[in-house]
Amino acid sequence: MTDLLWLVIALPLAGAVINILFGKRIGEPIAGWLGFGLVAVSWLIAVPGTVAFMGGEAHAETVYLFSWIPIVGADFAILWDPLSSVMTMVVTGVGALIHLYSIGYMHGDERYPRFFAFLNLFIASMMILVLAANYAVMFIGWELVGLSSYLLISFWFTKPSAAAAGKKAFIVNRIGDWGFLVALMIIFASFGTFDFHAIFAAAPTAITVGTATAITLLLFVGATGKSAQIPLYIWLPDAMEGPTPVSALIHAATMVTAGVFMIARSAVLFEMAPVSGAVVAVVGTLTALVAALIAIAQTDIKKVLAYSTISQLGYMVLAVGVGAYTAGVFHLATHAFFKALLFLGAGSVIHAMANEQEMTKMGGLRKKMPITFITMGAAWLAISGVFPLSGFWSKDEILAATFDKGGAFLVLWVIGLLVALLTAFYMTRLFVMTFLGEPRWDDGVHPHESPYTMTIPLMVLGVFTVTAGLVNTPARLAFEHFLHPSFETIQHEMHLSDGMILALAVLALSIAIAGIAWGWRSYNVEELPAEDGPFWERALAAFGVDDFYGKVIVAPGKAASDWSAETMDPKVIDGAAHGIGHGVTAFGALLARFQGGQVRGYAGGLAVAGVLLIVVFLAVGGGF
Amino acid sequence: MTVTITWYLLLAAGLFSIGVAGVLIRRNALVMFMSIELMLNAVNLTFVAVSKELGLIEGQVAALFVMVVAAAEVTIGLAIIVAVFRTRASANVDELAEMKG
Repeated sequence: MTDLLWLVIALPLAGAVINILFGKRIGEPIAGWLGFGLVAVSWLIAVPGTVAFMGGEAHAETVYLFSWIPIVGADFAILWDPLSSVMTMVVTGVGALIHLYSIGYMHGDERYPRFFAFLNLFIASMMILVLAANYAVMFIGWELVGLSSYLLISFWFTKPSAAAAGKKAFIVNRIGDWGFLVALMIIFASFGTFDFHAIFAAAPTAITVGTATAITLLLFVGATGKSAQIPLYIWLPDAMEGPTPVSALIHAATMVTAGVFMIARSAVLFEMAPVSGAVVAVVGTLTALVAALIAIAQTDIKKVLAYSTISQLGYMVLAVGVGAYTAGVFHLATHAFFKALLFLGAGSVIHAMANEQEMTKMGGLRKKMPITFITMGAAWLAISGVFPLSGFWSKDEILAATFDKGGAFLVLWVIGLLVALLTAFYMTRLFVMTFLGEPRWDDGVHPHESPYTMTIPLMVLGVFTVTAGLVNTPARLAFEHFLHPSFETIQHEMHLSDGMILALAVLALSIAIAGIAWGWRSYNVEELPAEDGPFWERALAAFGVDDFYGKVIVAPGKAASDWSAETMDPKVIDGAAHGIGHGVTAFGALLARFQGGQVRGYAGGLAVAGVLLIVVFLAVGGGF
Repeated sequence: MTVTITWYLLLAAGLFSIGVAGVLIRRNALVMFMSIELMLNAVNLTFVAVSKELGLIEGQVAALFVMVVAAAEVTIGLAIIVAVFRTRASANVDELAEMKG
């Protein structure tokens, strides 16, 4: 069952290579079907292994592939446990659906095969990251997903904004990678290996709480980059310059969850450092709040979803911060379904509206696009947290775990509830502005339902959006049991009574409904409400964080680069190089004078030197 | 008046100095060549004289070696000089300064 797991990585990688080398000859649409097929087969291969864990008999396994750097415990091996299996299911499953969707969405694109090559490369990289059995291989995957993200964001690189967005994503991620890399160095210095098993087994005795705090905080710096948390979240909204399926797959469902996954994988270390856990929880909550506030004012449909993603990632980070790893991974999985669905639905709308992304120019799409309307409606209710859809269960579990922590964490819980209210509000705003009311379309726009390759993924994701939450309800914690082997050493007993859990759920549900009602009343009206005033302006401008970074970090950095380019390089570096050159030439010219070409000159030199030698020997007295 | 080793050595030194002067002063390659031979033979003279004085055979052996090497050198040196003379119609070493740095 686990013997074939290497194919989960190898098949998408092969697809990437084939489409890069022969894509032009294969052409549309076979290149797309090839990419889709390989990812779908990867998913199929992983299914039996995942099912085996459900019974509870199967144990975590390490499948050795080949040797890389054995001396540091870094070999290519697959760690197949419930955590990696659920990530594999999500990545290849949602990935396959998005490949299928892209076959229709990217129709007619000049570089169609190249797009699927990059998507396949992404799936392969993500699988390396998820299945890694040690930090070194995980880091390879970590960097590779960064690369594929860069390639896909700037896929339409002839558009300057897309090219800039790709660079921004890559550079901001590099800052996070720095933290990850330093954490790896400390890990190696402390443990002498990168292997997960060895590290987690040795951790409680091998390192102090201080070291664990340093490692986990630096790991979290890496997570803030990849999972778009404060202060490194700024790349994600810009990443929407990429094609919409890319936004759905990479910048909503899978890659951005890598940070959450990494923290969950390193749970043993985080458990040793309560300070880090608190920092993680606070950063996650603040990110969720700030991003939700920004999302309210955005009018670009993809921008709303982008900030919504950041906000939801904040929830997941909060969850792993308070030690509710199962809840975090659970929300990761449900979010992957409903957020991918929202993005694909938005893509379907954008496709139908001839690339219009402004929600102020949509409206009334309900009748023109029934499938998109219904599926997106399900996702809207799910993310808002309406019973019994998936988002309700996972979000509720995170909030309950935060409440359970008690103490100062109650503040985070209150903010979490507020974010839930805001989420319901802005998602309702998005949904109503897009699908309901009177059309506000530009002239010459004729919306139509998308082709079946695009609607089938919507429907499949819609089913999961509605039902996925049922795998882990307070009445039946199947998902928690499923994940248990991955978090065996971590014991978090919930102290909440059944009545309390029910009360919290009812509270969360009423807040969700209040948010929806608020949004509905505000936006389901004849004339859209005027969105002006200081809050709306500031929120629309994302509170000026980008400008602030531009002034504080980018501008000085540019100035330093300019100085390097205009002063340091030509004067100091070139000066040194040219100086050495000139010095050597001058010395050579001096020596060249001794070579007059006259044999007599040389002979004279020899004679004089001979006489001098004789004189020296006579004077010193030795020698003869 | 007996002829002691000093006489031989003085003669050798004189011959050697004449050779050196010849090499340094004369411009004709052929004459310089002859001066070099003079220096070599001055050295041979010291070898043989010292060998006789000390009763050692090694000095005479060395002199024989020098003669052999000198003969070989003469062959090559003369061949070069003839070749240079053919192309330049002159054996003046001052004109042969192509290797100037």
